[in-house]
Amino acid sequence: MENTAAVTTDPAPSNAVDDEAELIELHPNYKTALRVRATLTAIPFVIGALVLEGALQGESPLPFGVIVGVIVFIALIFIVRLPARRYAARGYQISADRLRVVRGILWRSDTVVPFGRVQHIDVDQGPLDRFFDIATLTLHTAGNHNASVHLPGLGHELATEMREEIRAHIKRESM
Amino acid sequence: MSEAAPSSNEAQRTAPQSVLVGALAGMKNAIFPAVAATFGTGLSGWGIYIGLGIGLLIVVVGGLSTYISWRRLTYTIGAADIRVESGVLSRAARSVPYERIQDVSLEQKLIPRLLGLVAVKFETGAGGGEDLSLTYLTEDAGEELRQLVRERRDAADEAIPSVSEGDPAAATRTPEPDGEPIFAMGPGRLFTFGLFEFSLAVFAVLAGLAQYADGFVEIGDAIDMAGGWFSDRGEEVAALSMSVQVLSALAGLLAVFVVGSATGMIRVFTREWGFLLERTARGFRRRRGLFTKTDVVMPIHRVQALTIGTRLIRYRFGWHSLKFVSLAQDAGSSNHVVAPFARMDEIRTVVETAGFHLPDDNAEWHRASEAYRTDSMIIDSLFFVIAAAVAGTILAFTAPDWALPIALILIGLAVFSAGTALYSWQFKRHSLDDTQIMARAGIMSPSSQIATRTKLHSAEVAQGPIARWRGYATLNLGLAGGEFSIPGIPLKRAREVRRKVLETIAATDFSELENA
Repeated sequence: MENTAAVTTDPAPSNAVDDEAELIELHPNYKTALRVRATLTAIPFVIGALVLEGALQGESPLPFGVIVGVIVFIALIFIVRLPARRYAARGYQISADRLRVVRGILWRSDTVVPFGRVQHIDVDQGPLDRFFDIATLTLHTAGNHNASVHLPGLGHELATEMREEIRAHIKRESM
Repeated sequence: MSEAAPSSNEAQRTAPQSVLVGALAGMKNAIFPAVAATFGTGLSGWGIYIGLGIGLLIVVVGGLSTYISWRRLTYTIGAADIRVESGVLSRAARSVPYERIQDVSLEQKLIPRLLGLVAVKFETGAGGGEDLSLTYLTEDAGEELRQLVRERRDAADEAIPSVSEGDPAAATRTPEPDGEPIFAMGPGRLFTFGLFEFSLAVFAVLAGLAQYADGFVEIGDAIDMAGGWFSDRGEEVAALSMSVQVLSALAGLLAVFVVGSATGMIRVFTREWGFLLERTARGFRRRRGLFTKTDVVMPIHRVQALTIGTRLIRYRFGWHSLKFVSLAQDAGSSNHVVAPFARMDEIRTVVETAGFHLPDDNAEWHRASEAYRTDSMIIDSLFFVIAAAVAGTILAFTAPDWALPIALILIGLAVFSAGTALYSWQFKRHSLDDTQIMARAGIMSPSSQIATRTKLHSAEVAQGPIARWRGYATLNLGLAGGEFSIPGIPLKRAREVRRKVLETIAATDFSELENA
């Protein structure tokens, strides 16, 4: 807002994360992974709709194909539109001593975790993540709120690099 | 590993008297089924024997299983951890390293107290009540174990693993020296406290009992009879002079007041009897309780934040309560109340002893945004507005006579909740100074939260769709053992507070917090 002049797209060297600066985008594969996941979730519903349509054929007042059409339309929104928006809504910034994670389409959440308060760090990969070579970085803090902050959709190599970098800041690990 | 104390490194059992406590508890459990069986089988002849038999069976089985679990439960005080193994058929072993034990507290309920036993609880800060406890040890063994764990933990904390091993001084450990008392409540204070703890819970219990006992003593019939008696003598009652009716109503109110006060009084006296808060070398030590005595030590560096609260009426008389939010908090329980009923200057003493300070007069207070005020007024009243519209429409068709009054009542409620939201906005404020962040809320009885900036763990600016549209946000701060959030502040301010708080947090590493 007022300090748009100070916008830097490269926040790494500075200590503070800049609220106004551009966020670093997640790995492009993350969008694809989200789509694949949505597709896998949608398949049972489409099959269900087909079965329902077949069973009701001739008895239903609706013309043939309406149920399947609606379900496929909703599925397409979830497969095509939502992952793109979710991907666009997510991002992060990392500086010398803190990580900022932004997420949420409607309910925005913008969390900053200082490395000095990280209890332990996870790098998780599901089967799908492994296929796309991405990973989720999770920082655990001792606070009740935001006890674990997830940052999904990082390239696996980047995630491990970030983990090492953050770990270097933790003087006594896991305490 | 060499032995630090005679009680080390070998599996031990809890005190044998624990079996007795378990058996007594079993007896308590047996009473109800026995009574039920007696009545259930009818009182004719055999019922009483069946009831007794069932009761006896439960007592024997309960006592036996208590005995077996006692036999099968052992604890080991190792060099690096405490281990408890338990379970009759399936075995469970839990190990808690000393450096993870936040604190050890001792608790004595009535029966264990008569037998000289204590429950030793190890607080680890793990969520969901997954803490370790040993029920029961003898009083001496409990106190000794507490001292031992503290020494071991300090050794672990200081990363000198060999410090207490084979140290003869460790065996002759002295009990905790008495600290400097900083807050105590005598019987006079408890009496005043009891007056404010007025509670009608006992009536709810009585009503429940009456319903429950309905079948046995037919209270319902008795009430019907009484009702009949009154309706028969309706004219007589009406004929009684006005003043008598007023007097009897007053007497009824007085009875309610006396019973309610007595309930509060009894509760306060049993819970808070002999309340003493001391400042010891290790932190705060709180002792209280008449039948169930508790003795809790809260290390000073583990105090994360403070909550100062009050209630509607006692606030008018200047009474407040003070609670610690601590890493070793048992979520939800009033475990860390350090001053349940105190004057502000007494609270100030405790607060300052804990290394915090109350906001001074020139503290810079910030309010929630005005957009937030308007939105919460609308949202709070929306429910009643919708209810009024729905009920009004439906009633207009079904019972037109009722439509207007009902709708008016609901509209009134809507206006009331909007007014409440407006009024409470006046009291929602926060302030940030060099070391602390403070938030205050509450209409008729303000409560404040004070947290140290360095002891926060993360900061989140959260916005829902409405908040984004209207330009305000909720600031959620990560606090160990509690919640700290400031709703409805302008986005710019939220980010500014977050930036400042993060500056402080990032300057200290977590491991340095202990000594801070």
